[in-house]
Amino acid sequence: MPRPFVLPDLGEGLTEAEIVKVLVQEGDRVQEDAPLLEVETDKATVEIPSPVTGRVAKIHVQPGQTVKVGAVLVTFDEEAGRGGAASLGTTLARSAPPADHTTSATQRAPAATAAAATRGSGPVAATPATRRLARELGVDIHTVRGTGHGGRVSDDDVRAAAGGRPPASAQPAAQPVAPERPATRKPLAPVGAESALPRFEQWGAVERQPLSHLRRTIAERMTLSATLVPHVTHFDRADITELDAIIRRNVEPARQRGVTLTLTSFLLKAAALALREHPQFNASLDPAAGELILKRYCHLGVAVATDRGLIVPVIRDVDKKPLIELQGELAALAQRVRDGKATLEDLRGGTFTVTNIGALGGTGAVPIINYPEVAILGAARAREEPVVLDGRIVPRVLLPLSLTFDHRVADGADGARFAAAIVRRLERPEQLLLEW
Amino acid sequence: MVMGDLVREVDVAVVGGGPGGYSAAFRCAELGLETVVVDAGRRLGGACLWEGCIPSKALLHVSAVLGEVERAKEFGVDFGEPRIALDALRKWKAERVVGKLARGLAGVAKAKGVEIVGGRGVFEDSRALRVEGDEPQKIRFKHAVVATGSAPSPLPGAALASDRVMDSTGALELSDLPERLLVIGGGYIGLELGQVYTALGSKVTLVEMTDGLLPGVDRDLVQPLARHCEKLFVKIRLGTKVTSLHEQGSQIEARFGEGDTVAFDRVLVAVGRRPVSAELGLETTRVRPDAHGFVAVDERCRTADPRIWAVGDVTGEPMLAHRAMRQGKVAAEAIAGRPAAFDTVVVPAVVFTDPEVAWCGLTESQALREGRPVRIAKFQWAASGRAATLGRSDGLTKLIADADTGRVLGVGIVGPGAGELIAEGALAVEAALTAEDLAATIHTHPTLSETLMEAAETLLRPT
Repeated sequence: MPRPFVLPDLGEGLTEAEIVKVLVQEGDRVQEDAPLLEVETDKATVEIPSPVTGRVAKIHVQPGQTVKVGAVLVTFDEEAGRGGAASLGTTLARSAPPADHTTSATQRAPAATAAAATRGSGPVAATPATRRLARELGVDIHTVRGTGHGGRVSDDDVRAAAGGRPPASAQPAAQPVAPERPATRKPLAPVGAESALPRFEQWGAVERQPLSHLRRTIAERMTLSATLVPHVTHFDRADITELDAIIRRNVEPARQRGVTLTLTSFLLKAAALALREHPQFNASLDPAAGELILKRYCHLGVAVATDRGLIVPVIRDVDKKPLIELQGELAALAQRVRDGKATLEDLRGGTFTVTNIGALGGTGAVPIINYPEVAILGAARAREEPVVLDGRIVPRVLLPLSLTFDHRVADGADGARFAAAIVRRLERPEQLLLEW
Repeated sequence: MVMGDLVREVDVAVVGGGPGGYSAAFRCAELGLETVVVDAGRRLGGACLWEGCIPSKALLHVSAVLGEVERAKEFGVDFGEPRIALDALRKWKAERVVGKLARGLAGVAKAKGVEIVGGRGVFEDSRALRVEGDEPQKIRFKHAVVATGSAPSPLPGAALASDRVMDSTGALELSDLPERLLVIGGGYIGLELGQVYTALGSKVTLVEMTDGLLPGVDRDLVQPLARHCEKLFVKIRLGTKVTSLHEQGSQIEARFGEGDTVAFDRVLVAVGRRPVSAELGLETTRVRPDAHGFVAVDERCRTADPRIWAVGDVTGEPMLAHRAMRQGKVAAEAIAGRPAAFDTVVVPAVVFTDPEVAWCGLTESQALREGRPVRIAKFQWAASGRAATLGRSDGLTKLIADADTGRVLGVGIVGPGAGELIAEGALAVEAALTAEDLAATIHTHPTLSETLMEAAETLLRPT
């Protein structure tokens, strides 16, 4: 008996996912809980296990395609007597729509909605090249409303359906230089409205690459944070000469316990302990209620660069964990993220973020706050520098830090005090000892 | 080691070297896949090149030249009676046409690094092929493409094993010119070969089981051809079934229905083609041909077996080389992991008779049957300047357009050169052009292509 398997509810308001890999082929026999597909959500790459033991009758999705929760992924020919409806659990509770068109791709753009108007009256009005583009972008061209003459679907219609980007050719090509006219009063374009792009082709060859799901998510979240939150940044430097010596002395003992000691775990610890003194940085703002939500837990996000893009996994209860455990957990988590194996749990619930860009050099950076958090600590590369100490020039190891925070929640003086609290803990590791 | 033990590993094994097979193989090779073609004749081209499209078009060209020579008398030019040297004609067809193209294909295969293995490919499972025949060996593949094509169907109920009863392959060999030829089947093969033999001097009788020539094609497109065939052929018997064939000395006696029996020197059976899917070992894979022998494929040309793909005649109607070639490319790209799909809207069809008949997309009769709201434009070639200069005013160009949007959904053409003209129609339908697009495109004057523009213009006028 054929049994459709739909994209399950992924929780936390996630409504869609991009298919990264299909791990089975049509006709394959799979065991219950064997991995079927790999999908990437806004938060993580997740393996979706088979809900039943049976034969894969049909695969409705392709890698690169974006599917909504509830869309049919795979149809099983179920083995007799195995895994009834109950074993599909909640995944089948939401009734699966018919298999044919619901597997189709993103329907973000308004242009992508009025499907009924075009379907059913013959073949899609699009050239073969446009249809190929739709397949490449994972768009079901039958759902795209054509804006051209006679309902023709253009490349731009397809791209708009794929990413909600306004058609590139909305503006005429080269604008003739008109004689200057007296200025007219005209309101500025509203915030958030992107102006149409020029036709870059007029200056040379271009190549268009579709954004990956992760890239799109990063773009959306960074835009949200940067436009919504009034950012302010406080700079400081920590003299970590002693801490650096401690780390160097303990690299080998830590390695014997299976851990590679790094500065990042000390940064996390110092930030977590400083947050106890400055709880307004371990918070979120609820503007609608006019309230600041202080979190009585300290889960810190760590920015991890992967070849797919930036991902921020979260380590729980940083303030309470021994440093060696913290370091071990950090390494394992970063590896999972780089392998694309992080679970949703690994990526949710952060209260404050630390980003250490030191490995790649530079003298400082101003990161964007990981909204809805209210502050982020950036660390650049620690360097040995000449420092005047007691009237003498001595070499010291200095770590440049930047604390970027939401000015709605705290003022410059608060930021300076919080940054100093972090610096103090890094400069006097014995104080860490007493607190840890 | 014996030859039969030789096992080689390839990315893609293509079974059958016809247009579908070689198109798939060439594209696979271009995409960096190690590819072999297993072909019984150890050659590329398939039925199309060796015993179908190409040799029949060569002979039809000869027939067209003879037809023009006959028509030239109308303009006051008389060449006298043509003399036909059958040996020279056969040689020209085999060496200058088929041979030349075959050498070309072999050269392309070599340049692209596609190896051709001679023998019959039989599947042993979903990963391996056994090659029987000239170069016995075992081939393990990651993917296989079934491109085994089709073969002429025998006459149902009246098959007779005799040299004098030919199929299209035998007829194209042109072993002699029968004085009296019976053609069974009024489809495109019967009409084309009937005209060839008529031009070369045979007296042709044609029987067709249904009540019209070219079943399924709009009648107004068939009519000019039917009228011409009535002049060329001794007799056309519609609604007639050949119930028996008997060899009597050097002739064949054919019985029509329950009625009369007529004697012929040769008989051509052209009652269609059937897919070649038996004895391929498909039962060892997950591929299950249907009751007619066709192998079902999805949009990407993949069969029920995820490692096995199929293209061309073996996958169903229309059994046309150009469809197979497009499918071959789609299958190759799908194998290489590209998002290819056979989402083709139109597969144009051409009957290379005099006059030619060609069509693509929606036909008028289909639109009527389905109750589709369409507008139909017909342009008679009697009004075409170019047709008049050719002495051919018997043509017709017809457009079937969506009633609301004016989008061109189908095109039908009858007249000399229809086979070339239909390309514009196919482009218009495939690219979703409207009648206005066609009407507003300048077409060279005076040419027959203007008839498409003229037909489109009639759709722009208010009804």
